[in-house]
Amino acid sequence: MRIIRFVWNWFDEITGVSGWLIPLAKHPVPHARRSAWFYVLGSATLFVFIVQIVTGIALASAYVPSAGQAYHTLAFISGTRFGHIVRGIHSFGASAMVILIGIHAIRVYLFGAYKYPRQMGWLTGVALLFLVLGMAFTGQLLRWDQTGFWSVVIAAEQAGRTPFIGNWLGHFILAGDTAGGATLSRFFALHVFFIPALIFFFIGFHLYLVVRNGISEPPKIGQPVDPKTYRRWYHDLLHREGVPFWPDAAWRDAVFGFLVIAAIVALAVVVGPPVLGKPPDPSIIEASPRPDWYFLWYYAVLSLIPRWSENYVIILGPAILIIVLILLPLIAYKGERSPFKRPWAFGIVAFIVFMIAYYGTVGHVAPWSPRMSAPPLPASVIGATSGPVADGAKVFRDKGCEFCHKISGYGGIRGPDLTYAGDRMTPEQMETRIYSGAPNMPSYNGNITQQQLSDLLAFLTSRRRRPATALPLSSSSK
Amino acid sequence: MSEDSIHGPADDTAECGRRRFLSRLSIMVGSIAGVIVAIPSVAFLLGLRKVPHVWRTVGKLEDFQIGTTVKVAFLDPSPLPWSGVTARTAAWLRRETAQQFIAFSVDCTHLGCPVRWLPDANLFMCPCHGGVFYANGTVASGPPPKPLTQYPVRVQNGTVQILTSPLPITT
Ligand code: FES
Repeated sequence: MRIIRFVWNWFDEITGVSGWLIPLAKHPVPHARRSAWFYVLGSATLFVFIVQIVTGIALASAYVPSAGQAYHTLAFISGTRFGHIVRGIHSFGASAMVILIGIHAIRVYLFGAYKYPRQMGWLTGVALLFLVLGMAFTGQLLRWDQTGFWSVVIAAEQAGRTPFIGNWLGHFILAGDTAGGATLSRFFALHVFFIPALIFFFIGFHLYLVVRNGISEPPKIGQPVDPKTYRRWYHDLLHREGVPFWPDAAWRDAVFGFLVIAAIVALAVVVGPPVLGKPPDPSIIEASPRPDWYFLWYYAVLSLIPRWSENYVIILGPAILIIVLILLPLIAYKGERSPFKRPWAFGIVAFIVFMIAYYGTVGHVAPWSPRMSAPPLPASVIGATSGPVADGAKVFRDKGCEFCHKISGYGGIRGPDLTYAGDRMTPEQMETRIYSGAPNMPSYNGNITQQQLSDLLAFLTSRRRRPATALPLSSSSK
Repeated sequence: MSEDSIHGPADDTAECGRRRFLSRLSIMVGSIAGVIVAIPSVAFLLGLRKVPHVWRTVGKLEDFQIGTTVKVAFLDPSPLPWSGVTARTAAWLRRETAQQFIAFSVDCTHLGCPVRWLPDANLFMCPCHGGVFYANGTVASGPPPKPLTQYPVRVQNGTVQILTSPLPITT
């Protein structure tokens, strides 16, 4: 015991660590009372970031960032017992970071904690939010399976919509003419060095600001921020009823952080990492790339907006979002902080959360994607094994109709459900539609023979609700 | 420490000028050091890899039937040694007449997903947002703004050859 004390005293005497560490740990923070648990989100994000560093280093020690080998090294990592778990932690950790930083931003917004003197805290937080999203995207890509590969191509195509420099920017993302050997190393460097370096910088700045300006006190109605008097007032508040950060406030950070990390590890063990898809071979064209969940809502929005607006939304959408987030603390830097005095703040948050959840679910279903792996209609649905109806069902399959139109639960949902097409349309109407097409349906004019058409119409007109008196199918099959 | 001991006598203008010079000098040499390191690093990053355009044989003339579209795969003209499978590219090759071929890039002109050929429907369909193209590459329906990109293709000594090209990016 005495020797430890001796070493510590020696160390402290020549470094002066306790001179700043102890005051830092004990610095007074506002007594948050009932709101105290709202203040644990930022620290939890930081803890998970540390988890990402640790697991990321472990993964990087086996991952080979080469276009030809990355996939195999990941398969190797996933094949080992602990590699499997570490990948799982890194993956659930990524999700946790996106969620936590999102809720943290919402909390700061609702509490009006971006107002004077904490504007720069908000701005560095915005930078961190986008850097975390950048990590999420590049991380999905480093999986370098088929989806990872096509994500780069899609990213390059989206960047291509930038005015003037689009073509160059697209190829810059690919690091050359095509997606290949040079591409992956570039994203590896981004994910492992460049973005983390920026994150370190901004976290340092962010924390420095938290200490310098103090943790915001929970907002109270009728207590607007006045830049002229705020610092003085805050100082007096701390003096009157401040509590030492360590351990009065920090214990909640520790407990919540522990729960988050425990949940991540548990999920990693129980659920495991995302499965590797097919190898990143561009000549295997049976691919249906989908973004990870954090970008599903964006994918859905891009798929659903009117076509003419696409070029604007791809580039202007994110740009406007960034500008709004930057302007917020610069414009609304004083006045009421309480969300009950800023009811639209609740409205905006509810709107954003709803949009992300709603479009995320829509993106998960992706109704606009043809179901190209849908199984053929079984004979029980067709209701015939020979004759025009059966032939028509084959035409329905061969011409690709089924990929977009559902019949009795089989097929895609891009176009209308045709289970009861015979009840809704006359054969003439069907014929017109088949020949003329629609914005999202190709015209089959010249692409279908008379015989095929009449079979197809026979099949489609047979799609009717059964007369109410008929026995249900299940009882007749017994 | 008193103010004086840091700044020296305030009225000493020669000293002031010397300090101004030294500050400027330090900032300048620091900036120059930054620039001479940044220039090659950034230039290296911006130097995109151009691949030569070469004719790649994708099959013998008699392998392809008139009026059919098939997938062909070929290699990047100068793959990096570590490219592995990513050095491959696919294209849809259609034989129009005895001597005439069209080669389409598999990348959808919407956002680049690989389109699939439905031989019985005579259509290309994109799995991402349901873009559809006719057999000649023109847009049949859905979001794609442009026809499928074509690669130059030629028949030489009884073989069919495709000219390798950069990934088409719709701007
Ligand atoms: S990428 Fe083909 S339709 Fe969108």
